[in-house]
Amino acid sequence: MKAKILIVDDEEKFVNSLAERLSIRDYDATTSVSGQDAIEKVSGYNFDVVMLDVVMPGMDGLEVLREIKRIKPLTEVIMLTALPNVEIGVEAMKRGALDYILKPCEIEELISKIDRGHARKTEQEERISAAEVSGRCYNGV
Amino acid sequence: MISFRSLKPYFWDHKDPGIGLFKHLFDYRRMWKLVVGFSVTFALVPVLCAGIFDFMVTKASMERELFQRTARVVSNTRRSVTFFLAKHRAALKFIVRSSSFEDLRKPLQLYRYLEDLQVVFQEAFTDLGVIDGAGIQIAYTGPFKLEGVDYSGQWWFKEVLLHGVYVSDVFLGYRQVPHLVIAVSHESQDGSIYVLRATVDTVRFNSLLADFQLSKHGSAFIINRNGMLQTESRYYGKIMERMTLPVPEYSARTQVEEVTTDDGKQLIVGYAYIENTPFILLVVKPKDDLMGPWYSTRTTLLAFLSMSIMAVIIAIFSVTTHLINKIHLADEKRLIAMHKLEYENKMASIGRLAAGVAHEINNPLSIINEKAGLIQDMFVLKGMYAKDEKLLSLVGWILKAVERCGTITMRLLSFARHMDVSIGPVNVKELLDEVLGLFDKESDYRGITIKVDVGSDVPVIESDRGKLQQIFLNLANNAFAAMDQGGILNIKVEKQNSTFISIIIADNGCGISQENLDRIFEPFYSTKKKEGGTGLGLSITYSLVHKLGGTLEVDSKIGKGTTFHIELPLKSRNKKMEKL
Repeated sequence: MKAKILIVDDEEKFVNSLAERLSIRDYDATTSVSGQDAIEKVSGYNFDVVMLDVVMPGMDGLEVLREIKRIKPLTEVIMLTALPNVEIGVEAMKRGALDYILKPCEIEELISKIDRGHARKTEQEERISAAEVSGRCYNGV
Repeated sequence: MISFRSLKPYFWDHKDPGIGLFKHLFDYRRMWKLVVGFSVTFALVPVLCAGIFDFMVTKASMERELFQRTARVVSNTRRSVTFFLAKHRAALKFIVRSSSFEDLRKPLQLYRYLEDLQVVFQEAFTDLGVIDGAGIQIAYTGPFKLEGVDYSGQWWFKEVLLHGVYVSDVFLGYRQVPHLVIAVSHESQDGSIYVLRATVDTVRFNSLLADFQLSKHGSAFIINRNGMLQTESRYYGKIMERMTLPVPEYSARTQVEEVTTDDGKQLIVGYAYIENTPFILLVVKPKDDLMGPWYSTRTTLLAFLSMSIMAVIIAIFSVTTHLINKIHLADEKRLIAMHKLEYENKMASIGRLAAGVAHEINNPLSIINEKAGLIQDMFVLKGMYAKDEKLLSLVGWILKAVERCGTITMRLLSFARHMDVSIGPVNVKELLDEVLGLFDKESDYRGITIKVDVGSDVPVIESDRGKLQQIFLNLANNAFAAMDQGGILNIKVEKQNSTFISIIIADNGCGISQENLDRIFEPFYSTKKKEGGTGLGLSITYSLVHKLGGTLEVDSKIGKGTTFHIELPLKSRNKKMEKL
């Protein structure tokens, strides 16, 4: 199954190109150019992985991250940053981000991280549904 | 001889680097002169005053003492002379009073008296005569035939009748022996007056004074009131001649005065008028002789004074020099601190600027990256235009260029990040690569080979990444400045022991002369001042290495190259914390 990806960055040209590149590689890529819009999109659709820029006008990446994790805890978030600042990366990972990537990045690196996020989400969903199944069985007895 | 150079204080040749704000606070040379001037004046004026005062007081008391001593000699001598005359006079008086006029006019009797007198007075009396009231010598005994001589017209005869006694000036007499005449008058019971006259040899008189020929140049002698010498004087004329000194004014008491002779000699003259005689007693001494002890005292005094002055001056000089050196050093330290602060501020600003620029560039760079990537994807994955090799390679070039730009912005950003002071794990090899990366282009361009050899046992050290970066950057910069085309920069990192690693940065450039080598870490010392060197690079490097708890040494040979040895602890403690 194709991974459903949301790319959030205030640079429209960047998100479009990246989305197209991912589409070429058979990913279901959606774009968003603001934090507010991204949160709406996340709440309306079950994305597997969100690529989230740290520095954005309006809501910044860390706030959007918190909101996404509140609405959809299982959705994996990969931070995109133009600053090689370990502190921000660490902070984001403390708040539940899966990883962070420095811009400009190579597509291969990006894809491997997306795949990892997708795999993790799928695994967790499976575990949850398994738990739910057994829970239901237990309740039914 | 100690040259001035070795005595010259450190600040003397100080030249103000004079960069705007960073000027020294004081003109040290002027300050030194001012302090020394004031101190010397205020210290020496009292010493000199005391010295001069003491000099005057001592001199005055010496002179007073001298005058008193002379006065004592004069009065003693006067007493002797007076006594000498008085006893001869008394003898004559006795004879006149004890004998009758009748007895005295008998030549035999007179002769006996003379004989007796000569025995008693040891030949002092040479003759004896009796003169009646009319002035006729009626009896005489002695070496000459003087009987019947008429003295009535003579001045001395009138004098003796008037005062009862007369002492004459000294005269040489027929035998060319100095004599004087003593005459006494007597009024007999019948009212007639007669005079007894005697001639006294003054040889004895002289011997009296000879006792007082005190010091080697001093002399004591007698003159009459006209200034004629009555006794021998050693230096002031012959007997019966006029004295070369002026006749002193009359005074009833003993007097001492200072006289300057025509040839400029200073004399102490003590004198006394001897009563009832024409005599004046003089004691004369050259002042220089008498002041002899004073001169030696004076020499001691002056020597002591000049020694004190020397001591005071030396003390003032050394204390002032010491203090001003201290101030100068403190000021220099302040300047260095200010320079360092400014330097660090500048670096921090550059860092922030670099970070901003890098971040801003990264975003468009990402777009280029994705666009070019997309093109590549279209070629490779979708198979569109796949046969157009040319386009494919162009896209490849774009992506490579983007990657390079990415490395540069990354370096800029990491440079900025390391402006903050913090101790953390540092991989020396990585750090060196990072710093030397900045020289890639230059080394290519100038044909300089950089060899880095990091030992496999070199661990990750605990240190300040930013400071280390700055240290390596400064040293590499220095090496590059020293090397020509085809130079070799050798960097070797080794673990030295369990606490230190050593880093050797060696170039084969122009080298540094011994003279410059001694001062190379001094702040503001630069051989490139004209090319805009501040002379701070190595000084800051040095202090940074020390801040990290390490040491920095340099070794160089002209024409062979320069080697910097750095020793760094595996764990740097934060010195800033220690300071606080």
